[in-house]
Amino acid sequence: MIYLLEDTINGILMGSIYGLTALGLTIIFGVLKVINFAHGSLLMVGMYVAFWAATLSGMNPYVALIVVVPIMYAFGYLLQNTLIKPIFKAEKQVREPITVIIVTTGVWYILDNLCLLIFGPQYRALQNNPLRGKMLEIGGMMLSVPKLWGFVAAMITAGAVYWFFQKTRMGRAIRATSLDREAASLMGINQYKVYNMAFGIGTATAGIAGVALIPFFNVYPSVGVLFDMKGYIIVVLGGLGSIWGAMLGGIIIGLIESVCPQFMTATWTEAIVYALFLAVLFIKPSGLFGVKYDW
Amino acid sequence: MSFLEVNHIDVFHGDVQVIFDLSLHVEEGEVVSIIGGNGAGKSTLLKTISGLLEPAAGEILFQGSPIHSQPPETIVERGIIHIPEGRRLFTLMTVKDNLIIGAYNRRADGLKEATLEQVYTLFPRLRERQSQLAMTLSGGEQQMVAIGRGLMALPKILMLDEPSLGLAPLLTKNIFEAVRAIADQGTTVVLVEQDVKHSLGMSDRGYVLEHGRTVMEGPAAELMNDPHIKTAYLGL
Ligand SMILES: Nc1ncnc2c1ncn2[C@@H]1O[C@H](COP(=O)(O)OP(=O)(O)OP(=O)(O)O)[C@@H](O)[C@H]1O
Ligand SMILES: [Mg+2]
Repeated sequence: MIYLLEDTINGILMGSIYGLTALGLTIIFGVLKVINFAHGSLLMVGMYVAFWAATLSGMNPYVALIVVVPIMYAFGYLLQNTLIKPIFKAEKQVREPITVIIVTTGVWYILDNLCLLIFGPQYRALQNNPLRGKMLEIGGMMLSVPKLWGFVAAMITAGAVYWFFQKTRMGRAIRATSLDREAASLMGINQYKVYNMAFGIGTATAGIAGVALIPFFNVYPSVGVLFDMKGYIIVVLGGLGSIWGAMLGGIIIGLIESVCPQFMTATWTEAIVYALFLAVLFIKPSGLFGVKYDW
Repeated sequence: MSFLEVNHIDVFHGDVQVIFDLSLHVEEGEVVSIIGGNGAGKSTLLKTISGLLEPAAGEILFQGSPIHSQPPETIVERGIIHIPEGRRLFTLMTVKDNLIIGAYNRRADGLKEATLEQVYTLFPRLRERQSQLAMTLSGGEQQMVAIGRGLMALPKILMLDEPSLGLAPLLTKNIFEAVRAIADQGTTVVLVEQDVKHSLGMSDRGYVLEHGRTVMEGPAAELMNDPHIKTAYLGL
């Protein structure tokens, strides 16, 4: 029984980190209306930035956030501004320009190969890692400390993004653009700037996810692939564009992955995840928690 | 020099020309009606003035300087506010957020609390509904939000595209009274309407658009008595 509880809690912790990795995907989709196929690569870049920031400065990996967040925001902002914006301008009349998806696929290949070129194929684990394998024992249960921190980071990030979208002038402009681009233009909102910001915010959350991951996860150039498939499933489960939907979708995946192996062979978990994914697509295509774009 | 001047513009939707060599002018403080049947190009004209579309030829001047190749956000900043056809509210945002977003431009942002009070005074109903999602409002209330959102931007020229669309006669009357009140406070108004009787009734001048061209213009009272308008638009 205690094992079941332990698995449940660990599943929630890991699941919230999955949610964090998918947060940027759902934000960018909510505003730009395109699936960003480079999202896994942005996460990978975030992990490298976090890894090097912590390694080179000797900082605690979580302190590295103060450099990772601005670097990743700027990276995403400029990426959208230089590569994706021109296509949006060329395809002004199209609501969901397919060419943008192709460009993000290109960005995915370029980033992964660039990192392979620069850093080589080897797996890198954080040295001088104060959290390596650290466990917290509560009432006979063993909980991973870095995952606990990851959970905290995920919840704070989701809360902060939600607050920003709800309560600030720019956040309202982003929401308005996500609901009706043309009407937002008539409010004096520069939609291309909004896209840049949304991409920057989405990329910054990928950086935060990178920070949450590196204390217990190796970095290598194709690491993003591990998370992006999950990311797509999570955002569809939670409802495309929904911030809390992404967190809950992540937690569901985390729970399935950690609790199901108690009852069946582990290979079944993936099948269950995909079955759930298909079931949601059939029964409620807007996602379990999606009120279309509920922020 | 007129407040707003449209000189010989051609406008296309893709390959299809919708507006042909069209000119009009609006003076400061005027209420000008633009009337015409379905597909005449009225909405296209407003979209071109507000910068959503760019004319292929001709020029648009506001207070003497050209705006026809400026993006919508710059034109909003200058003070030309377009309330689009079909209201186009941000459906999943609250009434209050819809209004606040109207004051997004720099000119209006600092004054938004005071403007919001004025809008609530003009439409007391909206104060009661301020925390409701815009999609849950009735058609008339939605139109009030659309007009209120336009006012929040502190317009120098307010352009309304068919504000009475789909409203019951009594509500239509309320909306026209609100537009009249806005004009009486000195805001220049450009009113696109199918309800020709009401719109000409409260306008100083009018233009009649047919197939993307102005076929008639003049003081509103004269247009009302014109035989062509009487048969084609007033159904008399
Ligand atoms: N986005 C578009 N793409 C192609 N053609 C368009 C587009 N919008 C409008 N048109 C065409 O341009 C012409 C003028 O349309 P517009 O909407 O300006 O007319 P309108 O006078 O506002 O009509 P209504 O009174 O029905 O609103 C119509 O023939 C219409 O089919
Ligand atoms: Mg129209």
